[in-house]
Amino acid sequence: MAETTPLVIEAPRTPARRRTTTRTNYELYGWVFMRASGVVLVVLIFGHLFLNLIDGDGISAIDFGFVAGKWASPLWQVWDLLMLWLAMIHGTNGVRTIINDYAERTGTRVVLKSALYLAFTVVVVLGTLVIFTFDPCPAGAAADLLPSFCPR
Amino acid sequence: MTNDTAPEPAASAQATSGGVDAFDVTLRIRRYNPESGDAAYWEEFTVRALRTDRVLDALHTIKWEVDGSLTFRRSCAHGICGSDAMRINGRNRLACKVLLKDLDPSRPITIEPIKGLPVVKDLVVDMEPFFASYREIMPFLITGPNVPTAERRQSPAERARYDDTTKCILCAACTSSCPVFWTDGQYFGPAAIVNAHRFIFDSRDEGAAQRLEILNDREGVWRCRTIFNCTEACPRGIEVTKAIQEVKRAMITRAV
Repeated sequence: MAETTPLVIEAPRTPARRRTTTRTNYELYGWVFMRASGVVLVVLIFGHLFLNLIDGDGISAIDFGFVAGKWASPLWQVWDLLMLWLAMIHGTNGVRTIINDYAERTGTRVVLKSALYLAFTVVVVLGTLVIFTFDPCPAGAAADLLPSFCPR
Repeated sequence: MTNDTAPEPAASAQATSGGVDAFDVTLRIRRYNPESGDAAYWEEFTVRALRTDRVLDALHTIKWEVDGSLTFRRSCAHGICGSDAMRINGRNRLACKVLLKDLDPSRPITIEPIKGLPVVKDLVVDMEPFFASYREIMPFLITGPNVPTAERRQSPAERARYDDTTKCILCAACTSSCPVFWTDGQYFGPAAIVNAHRFIFDSRDEGAAQRLEILNDREGVWRCRTIFNCTEACPRGIEVTKAIQEVKRAMITRAV
């Protein structure tokens, strides 16, 4: 009688492992953060859009000087900083969730998440740096590169 | 033959049966035989059905009269045991609760095994990963050391609090309709959360903290994306997504 090999039926995805309960509220806080930051972002972004595009002279008022004027005030520094950080964390956490849901192989997940966190770091660091160190009239710059309102 | 003027009773009996119209219906069934070594394939069967017939009746006709090798689960055949959950025209349904006439019988009706669980043969899947998740939420009454001398009393209002989730028959229609479960077998799935809800909100139960702890895991309720596939799939009409949201709310109130 011929040897019969035992039948193996492949699972369509990773079978359930014995899990270790994480005992942290990390996912809970992540979930709450998404809701809370979403509400705050609605106010911040629509306020931003209204003030920049509709209020006053509208879109035609936007130029280098307009941005420089806004960032001269601590209010807009804080507003834009909040918007940057909340939007970046909110978006990154959302994409992290999507990667967790859809990337089936561990390798794919690691690569995608690394790229995501790298992009997050670059944007947040650069953005924060610009908001706080922005100087429309840097000393020693060529006069023809400076905006008209700079003292000459 | 002397009797050739007699009417043909067979033809008229086939068209109607007890005053119910009969029609032909084509079932397109996902077949898989692990012993053949072949990949899964589609096979079509055309059978005669009555307006009162359910998908399960058509499957019975095929198995009993056309192809005895067709394999599927069914026990009570009346929507209570939860054995015959399958994907009918792309939706998770109990074959014993869907009438053929409601499915547009003019076109082939596709029948597949439920997704996300390993197929054993034809429409039969291995339910073990599903039940493993179910066992993890401890689906039994957990009480303290103080046993009452009489019964554990509960008011009608306290009973009504979790009434919806007592209706679960563990057919896996909800869990196997969940895209998060399809890609990640670690996720507990809606059915396990529904059954945890049944005890978490039971006034007699004292294991709520432990169950919330288990479901607060990375693979617990926070993976739910509230897409309502489970609520749509539930043959018992349980508001599954609502139950999951109530468990989430209980966790947030517990944490803050």
